[in-house]
Amino acid sequence: MTQSNSQMYEEAMPIKVLYFASLKELFGRSEDQLSVEELSTVEDVWKRVSEGRDISQQVLYSINQEYAEADSLVKEGDEVAFFPPVTGG
Amino acid sequence: MIKITDDAFDPWQELSTYQLEMRRDGEFGACANFIGTMRDMNEGDAVNGMFLEHYPGMTEKHLEKIVQSAKEQWDVLETLVIHRVGELLPNDPIVLVAVWSAHRKDAFEASRFIMEDLKSKAPFWKKESLNATNQQAEKNRWVKKNTSGY
Repeated sequence: MTQSNSQMYEEAMPIKVLYFASLKELFGRSEDQLSVEELSTVEDVWKRVSEGRDISQQVLYSINQEYAEADSLVKEGDEVAFFPPVTGG
Repeated sequence: MIKITDDAFDPWQELSTYQLEMRRDGEFGACANFIGTMRDMNEGDAVNGMFLEHYPGMTEKHLEKIVQSAKEQWDVLETLVIHRVGELLPNDPIVLVAVWSAHRKDAFEASRFIMEDLKSKAPFWKKESLNATNQQAEKNRWVKKNTSGY
């Protein structure tokens, strides 16, 4: 049991995380390559990259270039993105 | 057709060219279009330039999805969506949405739907460059949110 838990941890999943616009400036970077544990949600990823900030209405998020929910699960190799409300057009 | 471009574009020329090349002569009875243009003033401040950022890949995908959704809701023959990114100056066209259909209801409603969805969901972000004033040097600021079109 202990062994399988530790194996799961060792097999943490690589993902790519992107930031845009004011969030990119806030974080001082446009991208992170992370390893996250299985069953991580978008909100879990956000907490980690933002050093514990709450995910608010001022943050939008996507998985593999489609809007996602805060509790959407992230899979190995996913591209997760965080960005502010959109202002195009 | 969906185009995201770094280059300045002439919406009237694009409309004219697309309408000729789509080869729908005799089919369309209506074309509704919306053109959004950069102003030199926002929230009471003079604006001298703008940077438009987007999410390459997701932006195109999202626009495709909006257009597809419009085609499922209305009888649409053709659509043309062009959006500028990069550095813009006041008076530059930012966006063109055009819809061709047999009758005006479909063209009006589908173009409105595409435009409003684009404004509220398509991943683009504007950063304005403000003129220097007596109180402060020139500065840049992100536009916080779009106003509702309805």
